[in-house]
Amino acid sequence: MLWKLIVRYVKPSWLPLILVVVFQFTQSVLSLMLPTINADIINDGVLAGDTDTIWRLGFLMLGLSLGQVAANILAILFGSRLAMRAGREMRADIFRTVGDYSEQDVQRFGAASLITRNTNDVQQVQMLILMSCTMLLSAPMLAIGGVIMAIRADPTLSWLIAVAVPLMLLVLGIIVSRMVPIFRQLQVRIDAINKVLREQLTGIRVIRAFVQEQREKQRFAVANDNVTDAMLRTGNLFVLMFPIIMLIVEISSISVIWFGAGLVETGELEVGTMMAFLQYLMQILMGILMVTFMTIMIPRAAVSANRIGEVLETEASVVQVEPGQGAAMLTPGTVELQDVVFRYLGADTPVLDGVSLKAEPGETVAIIGSTGAGKTTLVNLIPRLFDATGGRVLVGGADVRDVDAETLWRGLAIVPQRPYLFGGTVASNLRYGNEDASDEQLWRALEIAQAAGFVQQMDGQLEARIAQGGTNVSGGQRQRLSIARALVAEPDVLVFDDSFSALDLTTDARLRAALSEAVGQTTRIVVAQRVSTIVDADRIVVLEAGKVVGTGTHEALLESNETYREIVESQMAVEA
Amino acid sequence: MARVQKPKPELTEEERLEEELAEAARLGAGDWEPPPGKAKSFWSSGRRLIGLMHPYRWWLALVFTLGAIGVVLVVLGPKLLGEATNVIVQGFIQQQLPEGATQAQIVDGLRQQGQGDFANMIERMPALQPGQGIDFETLGGILLLVLGVYLVGALFQWLQGFVINRVVQRTVQGLRRDVEDKIHRLPLSYYDRTQRGDLLSRVTNDLDNVSQSVSQTMSQIVIGLLTVIGVLVMMLSINVWLALIALIAVPLTGIILGVVMGPAQGLFKEQWKRTGKLNAIVEEAFTGHALVKVFGREEAVRARFAEENDGVFQASFKAQFISGLVFPLMTFVGNIGYVLVAVAGGLFVAAGQILVGDVQAFIQYSQQFSQNLGQIGQTITMVQSGVASAERVFELLDADDEASDAGGVVPEEGSGRVTFEHVRFSYSPEKPLIEDLSLEVEPGQTVAIVGPTGAGKTTLVNLLMRFYELDGGRITLDGVDTATITRDALRAQTGMVLQDTWLFGGTIRENIAYARPDATEEEIRAAAEATYVDRFVHALPDGYETVIDEEASNLSAGEKQLVTIARAFLAQPSVLILDEATSSVDTRTELLLQHAMAALRTDRTSFVIAHRLSTIRDADLILVMEAGRIVEQGDHDSLVAAEGAYWRLLHAQFEQAATDLDLEEELAETGAIPTQQTT
Repeated sequence: MLWKLIVRYVKPSWLPLILVVVFQFTQSVLSLMLPTINADIINDGVLAGDTDTIWRLGFLMLGLSLGQVAANILAILFGSRLAMRAGREMRADIFRTVGDYSEQDVQRFGAASLITRNTNDVQQVQMLILMSCTMLLSAPMLAIGGVIMAIRADPTLSWLIAVAVPLMLLVLGIIVSRMVPIFRQLQVRIDAINKVLREQLTGIRVIRAFVQEQREKQRFAVANDNVTDAMLRTGNLFVLMFPIIMLIVEISSISVIWFGAGLVETGELEVGTMMAFLQYLMQILMGILMVTFMTIMIPRAAVSANRIGEVLETEASVVQVEPGQGAAMLTPGTVELQDVVFRYLGADTPVLDGVSLKAEPGETVAIIGSTGAGKTTLVNLIPRLFDATGGRVLVGGADVRDVDAETLWRGLAIVPQRPYLFGGTVASNLRYGNEDASDEQLWRALEIAQAAGFVQQMDGQLEARIAQGGTNVSGGQRQRLSIARALVAEPDVLVFDDSFSALDLTTDARLRAALSEAVGQTTRIVVAQRVSTIVDADRIVVLEAGKVVGTGTHEALLESNETYREIVESQMAVEA
Repeated sequence: MARVQKPKPELTEEERLEEELAEAARLGAGDWEPPPGKAKSFWSSGRRLIGLMHPYRWWLALVFTLGAIGVVLVVLGPKLLGEATNVIVQGFIQQQLPEGATQAQIVDGLRQQGQGDFANMIERMPALQPGQGIDFETLGGILLLVLGVYLVGALFQWLQGFVINRVVQRTVQGLRRDVEDKIHRLPLSYYDRTQRGDLLSRVTNDLDNVSQSVSQTMSQIVIGLLTVIGVLVMMLSINVWLALIALIAVPLTGIILGVVMGPAQGLFKEQWKRTGKLNAIVEEAFTGHALVKVFGREEAVRARFAEENDGVFQASFKAQFISGLVFPLMTFVGNIGYVLVAVAGGLFVAAGQILVGDVQAFIQYSQQFSQNLGQIGQTITMVQSGVASAERVFELLDADDEASDAGGVVPEEGSGRVTFEHVRFSYSPEKPLIEDLSLEVEPGQTVAIVGPTGAGKTTLVNLLMRFYELDGGRITLDGVDTATITRDALRAQTGMVLQDTWLFGGTIRENIAYARPDATEEEIRAAAEATYVDRFVHALPDGYETVIDEEASNLSAGEKQLVTIARAFLAQPSVLILDEATSSVDTRTELLLQHAMAALRTDRTSFVIAHRLSTIRDADLILVMEAGRIVEQGDHDSLVAAEGAYWRLLHAQFEQAATDLDLEEELAETGAIPTQQTT
């Protein structure tokens, strides 16, 4: 997956990539020339006692160094641009893919995990690309170039390379292959220790209430020992690496001098060339060393790449109709479910099983049932956040699968079970579904939602700041603001998913009264736990374990429906 | 009100909890938190970080000794190799000279031929033996010595690394332990004041960052510094003038680091800031995924994302490019040094002031020198970031502990008689909450606490649990001032079910047995059955062994609450506190639960915070709280008869329900609702 991702996101930048390669090549060649010139200085200058040559070659070397640094900087310029661009495109693709996901797809990954994948994981892959462009590319060039130059300088000593290089690769291979699994293990253990800490912080009251500090400390100590153990093991391998490599490099140098000396005496080798050979050997081995360090980065990036790949390769389970291609909604304001079945992926029992219901324009249809009965799933089918696995969902007379998303959503507004506000101001939140709404419209919606009072008391009123998620207002206030937001959108159909739970009964009642007065023409689908919230509904649908067990008005159901009566009675007993 | 996320001690428990939950949800998200930039007080925190290694100081001394020896040996290498080269060069030149001539004759001869440079060079050569070839015996000796030096040097370097790895890891392990320990010693008020997101970031990201940067840089810095010093000494010992030329690298390195790292630091900050912004957009979009869609905001959100994404691209490109310059520039400086040494060395050799092998050694030294300087430079950014994180961790460690309760008594398990005597308490001094609250609860009584949000209901039970210390007055349990009892002993006698359903990552069984890990299988089953946990557990594929994970979607909110009730049930405390314990449970289940709860409450002093009338009505004592005061207390009937605060509360809360449900009659019978009000 890592390779696939890299290819995919580097490909569009083929030109910069070629430039990076060219510049890296240039700088490698230039830096490979330095030892040769140095050899010439010694052979032709020093040993011949020619000061002019020394100066001349000295300036040449300086010029080459300048050229090398320039090429290197250009390589980094294009390389970092290319890598950061790959990162940007990766983030954009993930974001777009997730945007097309249905709610079910989002739930499968979890929002938190998707966020990490979109930022953190991309960061890992992006850094690998960057390092590849700036270091990894030049390392093999240096190594291979070093081999060529060394052989050119003196073929008779080249057998030393044939010994040193494989030896080094072997040693590094052994160490790295042992390090990689420990690195993976380490990552898992770090996650585990962070999880313990996170749990302790979130559960601090419970831990104290049950006097379980000692136990938590033990739990943590185990996690801590595990992390330390893995860290020690990777560290031990790491500290082994450097001395061994240096030793190989140094023994090689000694060999060059020893075997070179014989050749110098017989006149087959010049002293300067021997010294150049020494430099080349160093360059080869350093190149290999750099590659090795890079390979350590790879496992972590690979894990991230897999996580990114999972997101990109997950096809949205709901595919939207192309804009303008969809069916028209002939009867705005109607909602109908026909024999709807919904089953989560891999689940045995369906969450919804043969559910049918119908709401005409202006009607209020309530859905009631105990936790887990499938109420939220049902309302999510209406805006097509999920697709039903069986049956049909019709909005405005058209199957939601045939309508293009924009048309569908323009006619709908939902108030979710867990009200969520976006960072910004009260006004920016209210205008979420209708950017052109006037301030008067906003205040009217606030009044209906029983939110005008507290908004007036907020600093800045409509312009009061709302923290991301709405964390700076209370749960009840958040709920009312999210109701107001739905009202501002002026939809044909309003969906309330248990949206009154955080309100006390008085506010709840006032809100409902105001609602039926103000948006009497709007179709309302109301999910509720409290019977009091829905007694006035035109139709109440009683849901039990995914099946409709009764439909009718409050009075009729109270008469005829066992489950409904049970619910009502339980509330009488509990609430009264 | 509209100001964002300042710590708000005046918030009620409920509101704060919600805030925290939202915060926690948000945090689950990102472990990415940008590593902090420059440390506020770099040196003091850095010193303290090093101070953490104090227990290992002898080991550190060993590290330095081993490292120093290793470096000395390794640094000797090029010098010895240079001598080997000298032997070769001398042999090479000797060969070409007439046998039998003396060094002085040859030098004179050369001078007369006008080859002054060559003559100078030969004059410098020790014990010249014209006509002879390379002295392989001497050469072999030197090379064997070098081999030995390198072998021993590598061994010492390895030992040094091995020991330092141990020291660093043990130190970091200790720091982690200290932090975790601190979590349990901090007063709850600290958690109220601090944003949980920030705290989490400190104990995870920052701690991680410290651990990584310390373990990756410690060894490098020690070796790097020692090598730089060693190389410097060697260079000076070979030739002072060449050494000075090579030292040009030092100010150049300084300038480069100064010029590049300053802006790089700023650019990195910008990069993280931008990343943070982008993260916020992504988070909002993914958390409010359905809303974004249904309100037709996808395009707008995408446009914002694209803009910020490009911002991140621009910022990180600049940051990476600028910081990427360090390495090539350092290489360039190294190369300049290399060229200068080569040229100057060549001239010196020609002038007979130095031998060829020494120049070779010098080239190696100057490379080592700039390489190590560059490495130290590169680790500095890491060190900066690590120290900044350390500072944040230290801030946490330095926060005031909960007042010590050493010397506290551990009383006998009593009957559960609770009194509050003139209790005074506030979360923040400028906002008094509870002033002069007194209360007496007989053993076995059930006390219901009612009142609007923010009245101090949860605070009251928190004080009983001694989660906070009183500002005045006292609370007694069975006649003993709770301030004199150890917190552990006090809490061991009290069981608590909170609105916040905290379950840890583990099986359902482990979660139920949380308070009593020694509970038998039968006891766990009995608790689970009494609290209706057993019923839904059977529907789970793994039953009691079902693992509850963090993003636990396998249990509904109501089910999680039931598990927490089972947990309290199993604990069998003598005082029970139920804080909105059944708010997420549906009414039919709650009805069933009530029997269990009633059983749990018998013979136990219980404090119940609830908004459902049935629980409240059966209580022995009802406390009506408003703004931190008990405005009324008594049983249901007497309070209704009094037509005071309780009566008004009931009226406001239940009027609607009563109307809708045709319950007037029943309620009227109990006197909860005055009949004339129900129309």
